[in-house]
Amino acid sequence: MDYEITLLTTMSISILFALGLNFVTGFCGQISLGHAAFLGTGAYTSALMTKASIPFLITLPASAMTAGCLGFFIGLASLRVRHDFLAITTMGVGFLFVGIVRQQDFFGGEEGISGISSPGFSRFGFLLLCIALTLLFAFFSTAIKRSWMGRVFESIADDEDITSILGINVAHYKIFAFVVGTSVAGVAGALYAHHLRFIGPDSFGFVESVSVLAMVIIGGVGSVWAVSFSAALLSVLPMLIQFVDDYKLLFYSGLLFSMMRFSPGGMASIVKKMKTNNEKSS
Amino acid sequence: MKSLLEIKNVTVRFGGVTAVDGVSLSLGKGELIGFIGPNGAGKTTLMRVITGMVKPNEGEVILEGKDLSRLPIHERVSSGLSLAQQIVRPLVSFHALDNVILACGKKKTENVLSSLFHKDTSEESEKAKDLLTQVGLADSFYNFPETMPLGHLKRLELARALALDPKLLLLDEPLAGLNQLEARKLSDLIVTLNQKGQSILLIEHNLKEVIRICKKIYVQDNGRFLAFGETAEVMSNIEVQNAYLGKNKNA
Ligand SMILES: Nc1ncnc2c1ncn2[C@@H]1O[C@H](COP(=O)(O)OP(=O)(O)OP(=O)(O)O)[C@@H](O)[C@H]1O
Ligand SMILES: [Mg+2]
Repeated sequence: MDYEITLLTTMSISILFALGLNFVTGFCGQISLGHAAFLGTGAYTSALMTKASIPFLITLPASAMTAGCLGFFIGLASLRVRHDFLAITTMGVGFLFVGIVRQQDFFGGEEGISGISSPGFSRFGFLLLCIALTLLFAFFSTAIKRSWMGRVFESIADDEDITSILGINVAHYKIFAFVVGTSVAGVAGALYAHHLRFIGPDSFGFVESVSVLAMVIIGGVGSVWAVSFSAALLSVLPMLIQFVDDYKLLFYSGLLFSMMRFSPGGMASIVKKMKTNNEKSS
Repeated sequence: MKSLLEIKNVTVRFGGVTAVDGVSLSLGKGELIGFIGPNGAGKTTLMRVITGMVKPNEGEVILEGKDLSRLPIHERVSSGLSLAQQIVRPLVSFHALDNVILACGKKKTENVLSSLFHKDTSEESEKAKDLLTQVGLADSFYNFPETMPLGHLKRLELARALALDPKLLLLDEPLAGLNQLEARKLSDLIVTLNQKGQSILLIEHNLKEVIRICKKIYVQDNGRFLAFGETAEVMSNIEVQNAYLGKNKNA
């Protein structure tokens, strides 16, 4: 039973993390190749705080805030650089994060932080908390998608210049997307730290950023449920299949590439196509 | 007549090319001014200066006494401008109706947080349908831009510009790509809008229609002011005729 709980907790945290990126990349069309840095920011914030005997639940909003503040600045950067340049910038932020964490004793340096205290729940209780937060954000995401904000995001993803000629303040919307998407990654990071009880610079590197992007793109950018499904699946693969664990970067970037090549809309668009084909044939 | 738009001394250089050269122009409330000039005269560039898409090297743009020169595009639009572009730019992932609905929702999208709490589109949808019907796209509500012919996209562009309820409507060659009958119908619509009080600055190569519907014409050539005044007077101006004939010889 313990094993199943671990598996489900991992899944749930990954879904939350992926939905955070989906908010930025899927909804608003802003690519990020450094999203693991925000997961890491949240994880370190929370771990350092509980080490200082601050209750875990209080560290959740704190982690959201530190990651969200960092996200705010990336949001500002996204006003200056677009598309591929934004991908490179965010990738740089990811490397910078790992670099800084690695150098500072305050963050545990190369060794990271181990012996993170228990969140104060049973393993099952912790799982329920993870699921609750993930569901909460999933429903929030679908609500946003149907709101006027969702329309504006879609329009920005489609064409920023047109969106501004329609009188819309694109900058505000983009920054909002970054702040929300990165705060959520921060919360996921806090959960992650207290799930594994150990974090180190390597937990939040480029591989993690690529895998979460793969989850979003393979699910189908913007589609909340498809992204959740692909995140659930891809997050546990390395635990189930040794090969995937050994060749993570190769595996995820291979998947990412083939998806972009053969079905740019991700699984969501494959399902959609199958549906319409079925309707046609029936 | 109180002036709605004032362009003062605008100059735009692209590298070595001076696309607009010290141009001033003013448009009164309720006017419909035709804006003509040979290819490359800098008409589109001047429109883009008005909306803020191009930053001029010099000059000012003033709307109802308010200096827009330093404002970003979206603020100029919310101050009362809207533009239907020469090269149509629909949102390709939205069908025609949704393209217009987004523009109709100006009040709901003005503020990020309030956009989060609004979902209802019935009002905007009604208005958008009405606008699309006015421009003759009643049968194309749910068509996606990639399936629409240029003539339809031009009209979609116009409907979307109208959806913003501008004080000043900027039209950049709305008739291009339309056949004679369609062009006539659309220029009739432009006249109707103007009679209802809409101020319009209209760039158009279709001289026949411009002369038919505009009381006043502004002419630009090679980035420079050439003529401005009553239509008949401007069209009999020898320099204007030369500018057009000269261009035609080259073509
Ligand atoms: N972004 C740009 N970069 C460099 N040169 C430009 C740019 N935009 C316009 N130009 C140049 O500025 C001049 C004016 O172009 P503009 O498009 O404003 O003319 P126009 O009067 O609208 O012509 P047309 O009737 O063909 O639409 C042209 O010589 C054009 O090549
Ligand atoms: Mg032009």
